[in-house]
Amino acid sequence: MEPTPRDYSLVGRDSELAEKNGLASAEWYSCSIDRKTMKGLMRRSDGPALRDTAIWIAALVLSGAGGVYFWGTWWCVPFFLVYGVLYGSSSDSRWHETGHGTAFRTRWMNDALYYVASFMIFREPTIWRWSHTRHHTDTIIVGRDPEIIAPRPPDIKTLLLNLLAIRSSFNTVRALLMHAGGRMSDQEKAFVPEMERWKVYLIARIYLAILAAVALACLVMQSILPAMLIGLPTIYGGFLTVFFGVTQHAGLAEDVLDHRLNSRTIYMNPVFRFLYWNMNYHIEHHMFPMVPYHALPRLHELIKDDCPEPYPSTIAAYREIIPTLLRQVRDPSYFVERVLPEGAKAVPYNHGTQFKPAE
Amino acid sequence: MEERWIDACALDDIEEEDVIGFEHGGQAYALYRTLDDRYFCTDGLCTHEKVHLCDGLVMDTIIECPKHNGRFDFTSGKAKGAPACIDLKTYETEIRDGRVFIKAD
Repeated sequence: MEPTPRDYSLVGRDSELAEKNGLASAEWYSCSIDRKTMKGLMRRSDGPALRDTAIWIAALVLSGAGGVYFWGTWWCVPFFLVYGVLYGSSSDSRWHETGHGTAFRTRWMNDALYYVASFMIFREPTIWRWSHTRHHTDTIIVGRDPEIIAPRPPDIKTLLLNLLAIRSSFNTVRALLMHAGGRMSDQEKAFVPEMERWKVYLIARIYLAILAAVALACLVMQSILPAMLIGLPTIYGGFLTVFFGVTQHAGLAEDVLDHRLNSRTIYMNPVFRFLYWNMNYHIEHHMFPMVPYHALPRLHELIKDDCPEPYPSTIAAYREIIPTLLRQVRDPSYFVERVLPEGAKAVPYNHGTQFKPAE
Repeated sequence: MEERWIDACALDDIEEEDVIGFEHGGQAYALYRTLDDRYFCTDGLCTHEKVHLCDGLVMDTIIECPKHNGRFDFTSGKAKGAPACIDLKTYETEIRDGRVFIKAD
């Protein structure tokens, strides 16, 4: 029997299947770490994130100022390239870490950076807080996880368009217009509780007001320079968001209750790790999401013997990801099966939801 | 409903600024000790997705769920923001002879 594409919507056939098969809100495999050590790893402090945020803001200001100063000449290009990556790509990891509440010990600092970074990455903060919560509950469980960026078969065109945040920005604008009108989709209602929805509508209106103000500034100045600083960097500088994001889960197993089998830990260079705030330790992050980004390398050392071999570099990861995604276009049943160390306990694959033909 | 005092643990079973789990009659409880040696008790499962709070992080009088960062003030049970939107149930505690007792329903 020919396999059929699966239903990735949160209100469809595979959503029901996931619940029926015990994959929704299930118990996941967790490496063993004693309580005292885990407490030490989870401990919060403001220092590392204050330092990194200060560097980040200083780099944004300097590169943005350079872009403005050299505007009208080719010299502005490298400045806006740096500004764009800091604004449109590394805001992703800042959004992510503060959404988990783990960047700073001080709550308002997490919240402040969360809202600023959400705007920079052009995501609605309430929608994405709840969608990411679900992503952690049901990581790469088909019909449950709203953040599967490479479904099977993968949509290569959308992935490429999103290198410039084109499809994602278009979708966000469409969603903002709907939310500003006080409405939400059924998909969104599946993970955003009723009592939180007013925030979605309010923030959509604020986003649209900011975008309108930037557009007005461009009209008044007869220049796109204001938009080069606010708004457009998400598009021209967003390519690393996809570049990093694809490495997290793409091509790996679906419907397994074990992050070691559906997430990648990759050794990255220090620049990438600064931009990505250590999310290259992705198995570690998913298994213990309350461990702050700066403690992930320590956590990695403690559990690596119970995990598959880490990828030695981002290039090595892409050597696996690209052929896998291309093959999945033709054969959606194909995926990379990660090998656990000998003797490691494994959560068995759940075959109950594997490519049931559509009725 | 009859109120019962249950012997939950010894004082030293909980480290300062920490939490432990405790089960009684099929019900999960979380027991907390603050830095100034006060003891509190709440339901053991997060109201968001039923994750055991005893694996979470205690900071001052806040317990943070280990899965999704749901935060509660364990002295009052008050939920402190998304994704925790529903308050935790709290239980009275009493110290007797070096042990912590909780008043269950």
